[in-house]
Amino acid sequence: MRFAGWRVLKEGLTGNRGWGPHWRDPEPKREYDVIIIGGGGHGLATAYYLAAEHGITNLAVLERGYLGGGNVGRNTTIVRANYYLPGNSEFYSHSLRLWESLEQELNYNAMMSQRSILNLYHNDSQRDAAVRRGNSIVNQGDDAELLDREAVGKSAPYLNFDNNRFPIQGALMQRRAGTARHDAVAWGFARGADMRGVDLIQNCEVTGIDVEGGKVTGVQTVRGPIRAKKVALAAAGRSSQVAAMAGLTLPIESHVLQAFVSEGVKPLIDQVITFAEGHLYISQSDKGGLVFGSYLDFYSSYAARGNLPMVEHTMETCVAMVPAISKARLLRSWGGIMDMTPDGSPIIDHSPIDGLYLNCGWCYGGFKATPGSGNAYAHLIATDRPHGAATKFKLDRFRSGHGLMDEEGTGAQHNLH
Amino acid sequence: MRLTCPLCGERDRREFYYKGAALHRPAPDADLDAWHDYVNLRENPAGPLAELWYHEMGCGSWLTVTRNTATHEILEVALASTSGLGGPA
Repeated sequence: MRFAGWRVLKEGLTGNRGWGPHWRDPEPKREYDVIIIGGGGHGLATAYYLAAEHGITNLAVLERGYLGGGNVGRNTTIVRANYYLPGNSEFYSHSLRLWESLEQELNYNAMMSQRSILNLYHNDSQRDAAVRRGNSIVNQGDDAELLDREAVGKSAPYLNFDNNRFPIQGALMQRRAGTARHDAVAWGFARGADMRGVDLIQNCEVTGIDVEGGKVTGVQTVRGPIRAKKVALAAAGRSSQVAAMAGLTLPIESHVLQAFVSEGVKPLIDQVITFAEGHLYISQSDKGGLVFGSYLDFYSSYAARGNLPMVEHTMETCVAMVPAISKARLLRSWGGIMDMTPDGSPIIDHSPIDGLYLNCGWCYGGFKATPGSGNAYAHLIATDRPHGAATKFKLDRFRSGHGLMDEEGTGAQHNLH
Repeated sequence: MRLTCPLCGERDRREFYYKGAALHRPAPDADLDAWHDYVNLRENPAGPLAELWYHEMGCGSWLTVTRNTATHEILEVALASTSGLGGPA
Protein backbone atom coordinates (compact mmCIF):
# COMPACT_ATOMS: atom_id res chain seq x y z
CA MET A 1 0.00 0.00 0.00
CA ARG A 2 1.56 3.27 -1.10
CA PHE A 3 0.35 6.58 0.21
CA ALA A 4 -0.49 9.18 -2.40
CA GLY A 5 -2.47 12.41 -2.51
CA TRP A 6 -5.30 11.01 -4.63
CA ARG A 7 -5.64 8.05 -2.24
CA VAL A 8 -5.92 10.32 0.80
CA LEU A 9 -8.59 12.30 -1.07
CA LYS A 10 -10.51 9.18 -2.08
CA GLU A 11 -10.40 7.71 1.42
CA GLY A 12 -11.43 11.04 2.89
CA LEU A 13 -14.52 11.02 0.69
CA THR A 14 -15.41 7.40 1.44
CA GLY A 15 -15.13 7.33 5.22
CA ASN A 16 -11.51 6.15 5.43
CA ARG A 17 -12.66 2.52 5.26
CA GLY A 18 -10.06 1.42 2.72
CA TRP A 19 -6.94 1.58 4.85
CA GLY A 20 -5.37 -1.67 6.00
CA PRO A 21 -2.84 -2.43 8.72
CA HIS A 22 0.56 -0.85 8.06
CA TRP A 23 2.44 -4.03 8.93
CA ARG A 24 1.86 -7.75 9.38
CA ASP A 25 1.68 -9.50 12.77
CA PRO A 26 3.76 -12.61 11.99
CA GLU A 27 4.52 -15.60 14.16
CA PRO A 28 8.24 -15.82 14.93
CA LYS A 29 10.18 -18.24 12.75
CA ARG A 30 12.59 -20.67 14.39
CA GLU A 31 15.65 -19.08 12.88
CA TYR A 32 16.76 -15.74 11.41
CA ASP A 33 19.98 -14.33 10.03
CA VAL A 34 19.67 -11.31 12.32
CA ILE A 35 17.56 -10.60 15.39
CA ILE A 36 17.18 -7.06 16.70
CA ILE A 37 16.14 -6.81 20.34
CA GLY A 38 13.99 -3.73 20.76
CA GLY A 39 11.23 -2.37 18.51
CA GLY A 40 11.75 1.30 19.22
CA GLY A 41 12.96 3.98 16.84
CA HIS A 42 16.54 2.78 16.63
CA GLY A 43 15.67 -0.92 16.35
CA LEU A 44 13.08 -0.31 13.62
CA ALA A 45 15.37 2.06 11.73
CA THR A 46 18.15 -0.55 11.90
CA ALA A 47 15.80 -3.20 10.52
CA TYR A 48 14.71 -0.86 7.73
CA TYR A 49 18.26 -0.02 6.62
CA LEU A 50 19.42 -3.65 6.90
CA ALA A 51 16.63 -4.60 4.48
CA ALA A 52 16.75 -1.54 2.22
CA GLU A 53 20.51 -0.97 1.94
CA HIS A 54 22.07 -4.34 2.72
CA GLY A 55 19.47 -6.79 1.40
CA ILE A 56 19.16 -8.60 4.74
CA THR A 57 15.48 -9.52 5.03
CA ASN A 58 15.61 -12.79 6.99
CA LEU A 59 15.42 -10.56 9.97
CA ALA A 60 13.20 -10.14 13.03
CA VAL A 61 12.66 -7.27 15.45
CA LEU A 62 11.61 -8.60 18.86
CA GLU A 63 9.67 -6.13 20.98
CA ARG A 64 8.59 -6.74 24.56
CA GLY A 65 5.57 -4.46 24.35
CA TYR A 66 4.28 -2.70 21.25
CA LEU A 67 6.24 -1.02 18.48
CA GLY A 68 7.37 2.50 19.32
CA GLY A 69 6.06 2.30 22.89
CA GLY A 70 9.28 3.43 24.52
CA ASN A 71 11.36 6.57 24.22
CA VAL A 72 10.56 7.15 20.54
CA GLY A 73 7.00 7.87 21.65
CA ARG A 74 8.00 9.84 24.75
CA ASN A 75 10.40 12.58 23.64
CA THR A 76 10.23 16.26 22.76
CA THR A 77 10.63 15.51 19.01
CA ILE A 78 13.59 17.83 18.32
CA VAL A 79 15.83 17.16 15.34
CA ARG A 80 19.14 19.02 14.99
CA ALA A 81 22.80 18.64 14.07
CA ASN A 82 24.52 21.21 16.26
CA TYR A 83 27.02 19.01 18.05
CA TYR A 84 30.57 20.11 18.48
CA LEU A 85 33.05 17.28 19.06
CA PRO A 86 34.52 15.13 16.28
CA GLY A 87 32.67 11.82 16.44
CA ASN A 88 29.35 13.39 17.35
CA SER A 89 29.64 16.17 14.79
CA GLU A 90 29.82 14.04 11.63
CA PHE A 91 27.31 11.53 12.98
CA TYR A 92 24.52 14.01 13.69
CA SER A 93 25.28 15.74 10.39
CA HIS A 94 24.73 12.39 8.64
CA SER A 95 21.56 11.81 10.62
CA LEU A 96 20.11 15.22 9.73
CA ARG A 97 20.71 14.57 6.03
CA LEU A 98 18.81 11.29 6.37
CA TRP A 99 15.98 13.15 8.13
CA GLU A 100 15.69 15.53 5.20
CA SER A 101 14.83 12.76 2.74
CA LEU A 102 13.19 10.37 5.19
CA GLU A 103 9.55 10.94 4.28
CA GLN A 104 10.20 10.49 0.55
CA GLU A 105 12.28 7.40 1.22
CA LEU A 106 9.68 5.83 3.52
CA ASN A 107 6.61 7.13 1.66
CA TYR A 108 5.33 8.11 5.08
CA ASN A 109 4.35 11.45 6.55
CA ALA A 110 6.64 11.96 9.56
CA MET A 111 5.67 15.65 9.69
CA MET A 112 9.31 16.64 9.47
CA SER A 113 9.29 20.37 10.02
CA GLN A 114 12.57 22.25 9.58
CA ARG A 115 11.38 25.18 11.60
CA SER A 116 14.90 26.03 12.93
CA ILE A 117 16.34 26.01 16.42
CA LEU A 118 17.52 29.01 18.43
CA ASN A 119 20.04 28.30 21.20
CA LEU A 120 19.88 31.49 23.24
CA TYR A 121 22.94 32.92 24.95
CA HIS A 122 22.84 35.25 27.91
CA ASN A 123 26.40 36.37 28.59
CA ASP A 124 29.77 36.87 26.89
CA SER A 125 31.16 33.45 27.63
CA GLN A 126 28.05 31.75 26.28
CA ARG A 127 28.31 33.90 23.15
CA ASP A 128 31.93 32.86 22.68
CA ALA A 129 30.95 29.22 23.10
CA ALA A 130 28.14 29.71 20.57
CA VAL A 131 30.57 31.23 18.05
CA ARG A 132 32.95 28.33 18.51
CA ARG A 133 30.19 25.77 18.19
CA GLY A 134 28.77 27.56 15.16
CA ASN A 135 32.14 27.47 13.40
CA SER A 136 32.41 23.78 14.17
CA ILE A 137 28.96 23.16 12.71
CA VAL A 138 29.80 25.11 9.55
CA ASN A 139 33.03 23.11 9.23
CA GLN A 140 31.09 19.85 9.44
CA GLY A 141 29.07 21.05 6.44
CA ASP A 142 25.89 22.14 8.19
CA ASP A 143 24.35 25.54 8.75
CA ALA A 144 24.74 27.83 11.73
CA GLU A 145 24.13 31.54 12.13
CA LEU A 146 24.88 33.82 15.01
CA LEU A 147 21.96 36.13 15.75
CA ASP A 148 22.27 39.27 17.80
CA ARG A 149 19.62 40.48 20.23
CA GLU A 150 17.69 42.44 17.61
CA ALA A 151 17.56 39.51 15.22
CA VAL A 152 16.28 37.22 17.97
CA GLY A 153 13.70 39.89 18.80
CA LYS A 154 12.35 39.82 15.26
CA SER A 155 12.22 36.06 15.23
CA ALA A 156 10.85 35.43 18.72
CA PRO A 157 9.41 38.65 20.16
CA TYR A 158 7.57 36.82 22.94
CA LEU A 159 10.81 35.99 24.81
CA ASN A 160 11.72 37.86 27.97
CA PHE A 161 14.72 39.88 26.75
CA ASP A 162 15.17 41.91 29.91
CA ASN A 163 15.17 39.22 32.53
CA ASN A 164 17.34 40.79 35.25
CA ARG A 165 19.47 37.74 35.78
CA PHE A 166 19.50 36.27 32.28
CA PRO A 167 19.04 39.01 29.66
CA ILE A 168 19.09 37.60 26.12
CA GLN A 169 22.15 38.69 24.15
CA GLY A 170 21.53 36.62 21.07
CA ALA A 171 21.30 33.09 19.76
CA LEU A 172 22.98 30.46 17.65
CA MET A 173 20.51 29.44 14.98
CA GLN A 174 20.36 26.34 12.83
CA ARG A 175 17.71 26.73 10.13
CA ARG A 176 17.68 23.07 9.10
CA ALA A 177 16.85 21.88 12.60
CA GLY A 178 13.26 21.39 13.69
CA THR A 179 10.81 18.77 14.85
CA ALA A 180 9.24 15.56 13.56
CA ARG A 181 6.17 13.56 14.54
CA HIS A 182 7.91 11.03 16.79
CA ASP A 183 5.38 8.17 16.60
CA ALA A 184 5.17 8.45 12.82
CA VAL A 185 8.94 8.05 12.59
CA ALA A 186 8.67 4.68 14.35
CA TRP A 187 5.64 3.70 12.26
CA GLY A 188 7.28 4.76 9.00
CA PHE A 189 10.38 2.69 9.68
CA ALA A 190 8.24 -0.24 10.85
CA ARG A 191 6.15 -0.17 7.70
CA GLY A 192 9.20 0.21 5.48
CA ALA A 193 10.91 -2.76 7.14
CA ASP A 194 7.75 -4.90 7.02
CA MET A 195 7.23 -4.15 3.32
CA ARG A 196 10.70 -5.51 2.66
CA GLY A 197 9.99 -8.77 4.50
CA VAL A 198 11.21 -8.03 8.03
CA ASP A 199 9.20 -9.78 10.77
CA LEU A 200 8.14 -7.30 13.46
CA ILE A 201 7.20 -9.41 16.46
CA GLN A 202 5.45 -7.65 19.31
CA ASN A 203 4.69 -8.96 22.81
CA CYS A 204 7.85 -11.02 22.50
CA GLU A 205 10.09 -10.36 25.49
CA VAL A 206 13.61 -11.74 25.25
CA THR A 207 14.43 -13.71 28.39
CA GLY A 208 17.88 -15.01 27.50
CA ILE A 209 20.69 -14.71 24.98
CA ASP A 210 22.33 -17.97 23.93
CA VAL A 211 26.11 -17.89 23.69
CA GLU A 212 28.19 -20.94 22.79
CA GLY A 213 31.97 -20.82 22.75
CA GLY A 214 32.05 -17.03 22.76
CA LYS A 215 29.61 -16.80 19.83
CA VAL A 216 25.96 -15.85 19.92
CA THR A 217 23.58 -18.53 18.62
CA GLY A 218 20.13 -17.15 19.33
CA VAL A 219 17.74 -15.91 21.99
CA GLN A 220 15.17 -17.28 24.39
CA THR A 221 11.83 -15.48 24.36
CA VAL A 222 8.43 -15.76 26.01
CA ARG A 223 7.30 -17.16 22.64
CA GLY A 224 10.01 -19.82 22.52
CA PRO A 225 13.65 -20.01 21.46
CA ILE A 226 14.74 -18.39 18.20
CA ARG A 227 18.10 -19.11 16.61
CA ALA A 228 20.11 -16.37 14.91
CA LYS A 229 23.53 -15.83 13.41
CA LYS A 230 23.65 -12.27 14.69
CA VAL A 231 21.85 -10.57 17.57
CA ALA A 232 21.73 -6.79 17.83
CA LEU A 233 20.70 -4.90 20.97
CA ALA A 234 18.61 -1.75 20.63
CA ALA A 235 17.02 -1.69 24.06
CA ALA A 236 17.68 1.92 25.14
CA GLY A 237 16.97 2.36 28.87
CA ARG A 238 16.76 -1.41 29.35
CA SER A 239 20.13 -2.10 27.70
CA SER A 240 21.78 -3.14 30.97
CA GLN A 241 19.20 -5.88 31.60
CA VAL A 242 19.42 -7.23 28.05
CA ALA A 243 23.23 -7.15 28.01
CA ALA A 244 23.29 -8.94 31.37
CA MET A 245 21.55 -11.89 29.67
CA ALA A 246 24.77 -12.34 27.71
CA GLY A 247 26.93 -11.81 30.80
CA LEU A 248 27.92 -8.25 29.87
CA THR A 249 28.07 -5.25 32.17
CA LEU A 250 27.72 -1.91 30.36
CA PRO A 251 28.99 1.56 31.27
CA ILE A 252 25.40 2.74 31.62
CA GLU A 253 23.15 4.13 34.33
CA SER A 254 19.44 4.48 33.55
CA HIS A 255 18.03 7.83 34.61
CA VAL A 256 14.66 9.54 34.28
CA LEU A 257 14.05 12.56 32.05
CA GLN A 258 10.68 14.26 32.21
CA ALA A 259 8.79 15.96 29.39
CA PHE A 260 5.72 18.21 29.48
CA VAL A 261 2.87 19.34 27.26
CA SER A 262 0.62 22.31 27.92
CA GLU A 263 -2.97 22.73 26.81
CA GLY A 264 -3.33 23.86 23.22
CA VAL A 265 -2.81 27.57 22.62
CA LYS A 266 -2.85 29.67 19.47
CA PRO A 267 0.29 29.59 17.31
CA LEU A 268 2.98 31.33 19.31
CA ILE A 269 6.31 29.52 19.14
CA ASP A 270 7.13 28.63 15.55
CA GLN A 271 10.71 27.49 16.16
CA VAL A 272 12.53 25.34 18.68
CA ILE A 273 13.96 27.54 21.42
CA THR A 274 16.52 26.54 24.01
CA PHE A 275 17.30 28.62 27.05
CA ALA A 276 20.89 28.37 28.25
CA GLU A 277 20.48 29.66 31.80
CA GLY A 278 18.61 27.01 33.68
CA HIS A 279 18.29 24.77 30.62
CA LEU A 280 15.01 24.45 28.80
CA TYR A 281 13.89 23.45 25.31
CA ILE A 282 10.46 24.28 23.98
CA SER A 283 8.51 24.02 20.76
CA GLN A 284 4.85 24.05 19.81
CA SER A 285 3.14 21.04 18.31
CA ASP A 286 0.81 21.32 15.35
CA LYS A 287 -2.09 20.73 17.75
CA GLY A 288 -1.05 23.83 19.69
CA GLY A 289 0.40 22.21 22.79
CA LEU A 290 3.70 23.59 24.04
CA VAL A 291 6.16 20.71 24.29
CA PHE A 292 9.07 21.25 26.63
CA GLY A 293 11.61 19.67 28.92
CA SER A 294 14.68 20.36 30.97
CA TYR A 295 17.29 18.39 32.93
CA LEU A 296 17.35 14.82 34.12
CA ASP A 297 16.07 14.28 37.64
CA PHE A 298 19.62 13.09 38.42
CA TYR A 299 19.07 9.74 40.09
CA SER A 300 18.88 6.22 38.70
CA SER A 301 15.32 5.29 37.78
CA TYR A 302 13.26 2.87 35.75
CA ALA A 303 9.97 4.28 37.04
CA ALA A 304 9.19 6.22 33.82
CA ARG A 305 8.05 9.12 35.97
CA GLY A 306 9.94 11.83 37.80
CA ASN A 307 9.67 13.96 40.90
CA LEU A 308 8.28 17.41 41.59
CA PRO A 309 11.52 19.39 42.15
CA MET A 310 12.43 19.05 38.46
CA VAL A 311 8.84 19.82 37.46
CA GLU A 312 9.05 23.02 39.47
CA HIS A 313 12.43 23.95 38.01
CA THR A 314 11.17 23.38 34.46
CA MET A 315 8.05 25.49 35.00
CA GLU A 316 10.10 28.30 36.58
CA THR A 317 12.48 28.34 33.65
CA CYS A 318 9.63 28.22 31.17
CA VAL A 319 7.86 31.20 32.71
CA ALA A 320 11.12 33.13 33.09
CA MET A 321 11.79 32.71 29.37
CA VAL A 322 8.25 33.12 28.01
CA PRO A 323 6.19 35.09 30.57
CA ALA A 324 3.18 35.09 28.20
CA ILE A 325 2.54 31.41 28.86
CA SER A 326 2.49 31.67 32.64
CA LYS A 327 -1.28 31.09 32.68
CA ALA A 328 -1.23 28.14 30.29
CA ARG A 329 -2.16 24.94 32.07
CA LEU A 330 -0.08 21.83 31.98
CA LEU A 331 -1.90 19.04 30.19
CA ARG A 332 0.36 16.14 30.99
CA SER A 333 3.89 15.11 31.90
CA TRP A 334 5.75 11.85 31.72
CA GLY A 335 9.20 10.35 32.13
CA GLY A 336 11.42 8.27 29.91
CA ILE A 337 14.26 5.92 30.83
CA MET A 338 17.57 7.32 29.59
CA ASP A 339 20.58 5.05 29.03
CA MET A 340 23.29 7.39 30.29
CA THR A 341 26.96 6.79 29.50
CA PRO A 342 29.78 8.42 31.52
CA ASP A 343 30.68 10.86 28.72
CA GLY A 344 27.15 11.53 27.45
CA SER A 345 27.82 10.06 23.99
CA PRO A 346 26.48 6.80 22.54
CA ILE A 347 27.87 3.36 21.71
CA ILE A 348 27.48 1.63 18.33
CA ASP A 349 29.97 -1.19 18.39
CA HIS A 350 30.72 -4.88 18.49
CA SER A 351 30.39 -6.49 21.89
CA PRO A 352 33.07 -8.80 23.27
CA ILE A 353 30.82 -11.69 22.14
CA ASP A 354 31.07 -12.75 18.51
CA GLY A 355 27.88 -11.92 16.61
CA LEU A 356 26.41 -9.74 19.38
CA TYR A 357 26.20 -6.01 18.61
CA LEU A 358 25.59 -3.01 20.84
CA ASN A 359 23.61 0.15 20.18
CA CYS A 360 23.01 2.00 23.43
CA GLY A 361 23.96 4.97 25.56
CA TRP A 362 21.89 7.54 23.66
CA CYS A 363 21.40 9.41 26.90
CA TYR A 364 18.69 12.08 26.48
CA GLY A 365 19.39 12.67 22.76
CA GLY A 366 18.33 9.55 20.93
CA PHE A 367 15.41 10.84 18.89
CA LYS A 368 17.36 13.10 16.51
CA ALA A 369 19.79 10.21 16.03
CA THR A 370 17.11 7.72 14.94
CA PRO A 371 17.84 7.49 11.18
CA GLY A 372 21.59 7.95 11.62
CA SER A 373 21.75 5.34 14.35
CA GLY A 374 19.74 2.80 12.35
CA ASN A 375 21.78 3.50 9.23
CA ALA A 376 25.15 3.19 10.99
CA TYR A 377 24.12 0.19 13.09
CA ALA A 378 22.81 -1.64 10.02
CA HIS A 379 26.15 -1.01 8.32
CA LEU A 380 28.03 -2.44 11.30
CA ILE A 381 25.81 -5.52 11.53
CA ALA A 382 25.90 -6.21 7.78
CA THR A 383 29.59 -5.55 7.11
CA ASP A 384 31.21 -5.90 10.55
CA ARG A 385 32.86 -2.53 9.93
CA PRO A 386 31.76 0.76 11.50
CA HIS A 387 29.90 3.22 9.27
CA GLY A 388 32.08 6.17 8.24
CA ALA A 389 29.93 8.60 10.23
CA ALA A 390 30.03 6.50 13.41
CA THR A 391 33.62 5.38 13.82
CA LYS A 392 34.11 6.87 17.27
CA PHE A 393 31.17 5.38 19.19
CA LYS A 394 33.44 2.71 20.66
CA LEU A 395 32.71 0.68 23.77
CA ASP A 396 36.36 0.53 24.85
CA ARG A 397 36.80 4.31 25.01
CA PHE A 398 35.68 4.19 28.63
CA ARG A 399 38.26 1.57 29.60
CA SER A 400 41.13 3.21 27.73
CA GLY A 401 40.12 6.83 28.22
CA HIS A 402 40.96 7.49 24.56
CA GLY A 403 38.25 9.04 22.41
CA LEU A 404 35.87 10.11 25.15
CA MET A 405 33.30 12.58 23.79
CA ASP A 406 32.21 14.78 26.67
CA GLU A 407 30.15 17.29 24.71
CA GLU A 408 29.18 19.27 27.83
CA GLY A 409 32.71 19.43 29.21
CA THR A 410 31.57 18.40 32.67
CA GLY A 411 33.89 15.39 32.97
CA ALA A 412 33.37 11.87 31.71
CA GLN A 413 31.81 10.27 34.75
CA HIS A 414 28.40 9.00 35.75
CA ASN A 415 26.02 11.49 37.39
CA LEU A 416 27.49 14.51 35.55
CA HIS A 417 25.47 14.29 32.33
CA MET B 1 10.78 11.51 46.88
CA ARG B 2 11.96 12.21 50.40
CA LEU B 3 14.92 10.74 52.25
CA THR B 4 15.08 10.18 56.00
CA CYS B 5 18.52 11.36 57.05
CA PRO B 6 19.60 9.52 60.23
CA LEU B 7 20.67 12.86 61.73
CA CYS B 8 18.11 15.33 60.34
CA GLY B 9 14.96 13.25 59.84
CA GLU B 10 12.73 13.19 56.75
CA ARG B 11 13.88 15.78 54.23
CA ASP B 12 13.04 16.94 50.73
CA ARG B 13 14.94 15.43 47.78
CA ARG B 14 16.22 18.90 46.89
CA GLU B 15 18.50 18.90 49.93
CA PHE B 16 20.47 15.94 48.60
CA TYR B 17 23.10 15.46 45.93
CA TYR B 18 23.10 12.10 44.16
CA LYS B 19 26.44 10.36 43.59
CA GLY B 20 25.31 6.99 42.25
CA ALA B 21 25.78 3.33 43.12
CA ALA B 22 27.64 2.72 46.40
CA LEU B 23 30.71 0.82 45.23
CA HIS B 24 33.93 -0.16 46.94
CA ARG B 25 36.81 1.92 45.66
CA PRO B 26 39.76 -0.19 44.45
CA ALA B 27 43.21 0.20 45.96
CA PRO B 28 45.27 2.96 44.27
CA ASP B 29 47.56 0.38 42.68
CA ALA B 30 44.75 -1.93 41.52
CA ASP B 31 44.85 -2.87 37.83
CA LEU B 32 43.07 -1.02 35.03
CA ASP B 33 40.13 -3.45 34.92
CA ALA B 34 39.36 -2.91 38.61
CA TRP B 35 39.31 0.86 38.08
CA HIS B 36 37.31 0.56 34.86
CA ASP B 37 34.75 -1.48 36.79
CA TYR B 38 34.58 1.10 39.55
CA VAL B 39 34.52 4.25 37.42
CA ASN B 40 32.44 3.15 34.43
CA LEU B 41 30.64 -0.17 34.65
CA ARG B 42 27.31 -0.41 36.45
CA GLU B 43 24.97 -3.27 37.30
CA ASN B 44 22.22 -0.69 36.81
CA PRO B 45 19.45 -2.86 38.32
CA ALA B 46 15.73 -2.22 37.88
CA GLY B 47 15.03 -2.84 41.55
CA PRO B 48 16.81 -2.30 44.88
CA LEU B 49 20.10 -0.44 44.56
CA ALA B 50 22.54 0.74 47.26
CA GLU B 51 23.45 4.34 46.47
CA LEU B 52 25.49 7.21 47.85
CA TRP B 53 23.64 10.45 48.55
CA TYR B 54 25.13 13.57 50.13
CA HIS B 55 23.03 15.70 52.48
CA GLU B 56 24.37 18.84 50.87
CA MET B 57 21.85 21.32 52.26
CA GLY B 58 21.55 19.63 55.64
CA CYS B 59 24.10 18.06 57.96
CA GLY B 60 26.68 17.36 55.24
CA SER B 61 26.66 13.61 55.82
CA TRP B 62 27.26 11.05 53.11
CA LEU B 63 24.45 8.50 53.23
CA THR B 64 24.00 5.04 51.81
CA VAL B 65 20.44 4.78 50.60
CA THR B 66 18.91 1.52 49.45
CA ARG B 67 16.23 2.53 46.97
CA ASN B 68 14.09 0.65 44.48
CA THR B 69 14.85 2.22 41.10
CA ALA B 70 11.65 0.81 39.59
CA THR B 71 9.33 2.40 42.17
CA HIS B 72 11.42 5.10 43.95
CA GLU B 73 10.61 3.41 47.27
CA ILE B 74 13.28 4.12 49.90
CA LEU B 75 14.14 0.86 51.67
CA GLU B 76 16.95 1.89 54.01
CA VAL B 77 19.06 4.94 54.84
CA ALA B 78 22.26 4.80 56.88
CA LEU B 79 25.32 6.97 57.44
CA ALA B 80 27.92 5.96 54.90
CA SER B 81 30.56 6.06 57.63
CA THR B 82 28.87 3.16 59.42
CA SER B 83 27.20 1.23 56.59
CA GLY B 84 30.26 -0.54 55.21
CA LEU B 85 29.13 0.31 51.67
CA GLY B 86 31.19 2.55 49.40
CA GLY B 87 34.66 3.82 50.21
CA PRO B 88 37.79 1.64 50.17
CA ALA B 89 37.22 -2.11 49.94
